[in-house]
Amino acid sequence: MATIVVFAEQSKGQARRASLECIGAAFATNAKVVAVTFGAGADAAATALGAAGAKEVICLTGAEPFSPDSVAADLAKIVGETGAKAFLAAATVTGKDIAPRVAAHLDSTLFSDVTGFSASGESFQVVRPWLAGKAIATLTSQAPVLCATTRPNVFAPAEAAGAPTVTTRAASTGGKATVTAVEAKVAGKLDVKEAGVVVSGGRGMKGPEHFGLIENLAAAFGNAATGASRAVVDAGWRPHAEQVGQTGKTVAPVLYIAVGISGAIQHLAGMRTSKVIVAINKDKDAPIFKVADFGVVGDAFEILPVLTEAVKAARAR
Amino acid sequence: MKIVACVKRVPTTEAIAKPTSDGQGLDPAGWQYMLSFYDELALEEALKTKEKFGGDVTVVTLGPSEASKEVRECLARGADNGVILKEADPSTRDPRSTAKALAAKIRALGAELVFTGRVATDRDHAAVGPMLATYLGWACVSEVFALELTETGGTAKRETEHGVESVSFSLPAVITCNKGLNEPRRASLKGIMGAKAKPIAEEQPEGVPNQVIVKKVELPPARKAGRIIGEGAAAVPALITALRNEAQVL
Ligand SMILES: Cc1cc2nc3c(=O)[nH]c(=O)nc-3n(C[C@H](O)[C@H](O)[C@H](O)COP(=O)(O)OP(=O)(O)OC[C@H]3O[C@@H](n4cnc5c(N)ncnc54)[C@H](O)[C@@H]3O)c2cc1C
Ligand SMILES: Nc1ncnc2c1ncn2[C@@H]1O[C@H](COP(=O)(O)O)[C@@H](O)[C@H]1O
Repeated sequence: MATIVVFAEQSKGQARRASLECIGAAFATNAKVVAVTFGAGADAAATALGAAGAKEVICLTGAEPFSPDSVAADLAKIVGETGAKAFLAAATVTGKDIAPRVAAHLDSTLFSDVTGFSASGESFQVVRPWLAGKAIATLTSQAPVLCATTRPNVFAPAEAAGAPTVTTRAASTGGKATVTAVEAKVAGKLDVKEAGVVVSGGRGMKGPEHFGLIENLAAAFGNAATGASRAVVDAGWRPHAEQVGQTGKTVAPVLYIAVGISGAIQHLAGMRTSKVIVAINKDKDAPIFKVADFGVVGDAFEILPVLTEAVKAARAR
Repeated sequence: MKIVACVKRVPTTEAIAKPTSDGQGLDPAGWQYMLSFYDELALEEALKTKEKFGGDVTVVTLGPSEASKEVRECLARGADNGVILKEADPSTRDPRSTAKALAAKIRALGAELVFTGRVATDRDHAAVGPMLATYLGWACVSEVFALELTETGGTAKRETEHGVESVSFSLPAVITCNKGLNEPRRASLKGIMGAKAKPIAEEQPEGVPNQVIVKKVELPPARKAGRIIGEGAAAVPALITALRNEAQVL
């Protein structure tokens, strides 16, 4: 049985959903999954990591303040010691920072943001988008260790896989870069890449003062994030972190709602693999309707308040 | 300060994907090319750093001779010289192979600060920057949207899912640039004229075999045709029904 080492993120004892999914992707290949985590609450998070599919959990102690190069070096060491044939992390901002370093230590290439991960024996195959999803490539590798990051919202955590054995290990010190402060996010605000529902607004929203309508609809869903087209990000109406598209973030939520977004090729590249797409646009010929499962033609300012109330009512039932 | 900006020539974002007949790659017929979006930020940050601390900016690209067009554009904006590590199709190199070739050149140049893009918008690896830094044994901060530098190090800010991180680092370092960091300048007429006299060297890159094996390249499954539910707020009940019963997402 192959061993797969997974870098798992947690905060205050709460495992990151994308990390649980990543463990699930590894577990689904019948591999023995060793999850490595750190930070205050790591031991409390271990239970959730085990349930998602980790057989062993290693908690790095003394890894805070966080130094990505130290943690990456530790992960590479653990991969070596366990004889793991693959290393995975979630394709979060932290995962995408750590994984290439681990890969370099292992002199292995990296497959980023994979949407498929499978094994035959001890060799692995991945699927990943090219050109922001305009094409899909199936790839394998001759690398000593297959290193990959898994796209959030694509894989499922195992269900109640078991209780893991938990060990601790001192993190190495002497990192070349150190996180000195974290300005916590507004509580409950989800990132577009992780949210199950994304409500995005475009230039059709006319101005930043109207994005409250987008936020209200997102709030009605509970597990939603707000997104934006590049046009409104460039105009300064919305923060960069919300941009969906080829030069922004690629998202794959269960439900994507595009409001006042025309559907330019660069925007579509970033959201076309969403499971269900809804478009609201006053122009019935807008290209966004070509990818939308359900379209509503009309004025967003009239439709959004009604839709928000209807979603609240539907969820309350 | 010896500064390097790593830039990549990529197909424009309008490029249509068409798998080649052998299913091993993409057919570039009809594609236009551009400097990868985030690499413009890398170049701009390099130029700003030079303006503040002195030194010079070398633009390094692993790509075809035709990339001299993009490199020349960087020189016109203010970079001092360019290096093309010749590779007919840089997108066929895996990130390890690219990072190793770039690391070898950066070492030879004696640079102490390297700017890259957050991600190159062809294969979307977002890997070369941190890999490069690891091969060099340098500090690296990725996805930086705000940077304060000193002669020996600095503090960079990056936005993660759990909040904005401030990261302090020492030089030498690799910084991967995200939106918000700066507004790339346009080349002035004087810059364009001056760029003609600036040197662009073409060299053979360190040959590092790829580890990636392409099994197949396909178009994503077409989305099944959707439909217009209706017009205006009157369509909302029908939309709710569709989301609940048909799509089962509510
Ligand atoms: C190199 C490059 C990279 C790019 N990367 C990205 C990217 O990553 N992401 C991205 O999104 N774009 C990207 N773009 C930009 C892209 O080409 C489009 O310009 C952009 O997506 C348009 O944004 P929009 O749909 O909000 O605005 P518009 O195209 O102006 O569309 C506005 C829409 O709102 C509708 N509308 C107006 N009023 C109302 C109303 N009252 N109610 C309902 N609908 C209304 C209109 O009918 C129209 O369809 C990129 C472009 C380039 C050149
Ligand atoms: N062929 C290349 N030549 C020069 N720089 C590159 C090349 N490939 C990647 N880079 C740099 O690394 C960054 C990230 O690329 P990637 O990891 O491919 O997404 C890019 O934005 C460039 O700054």
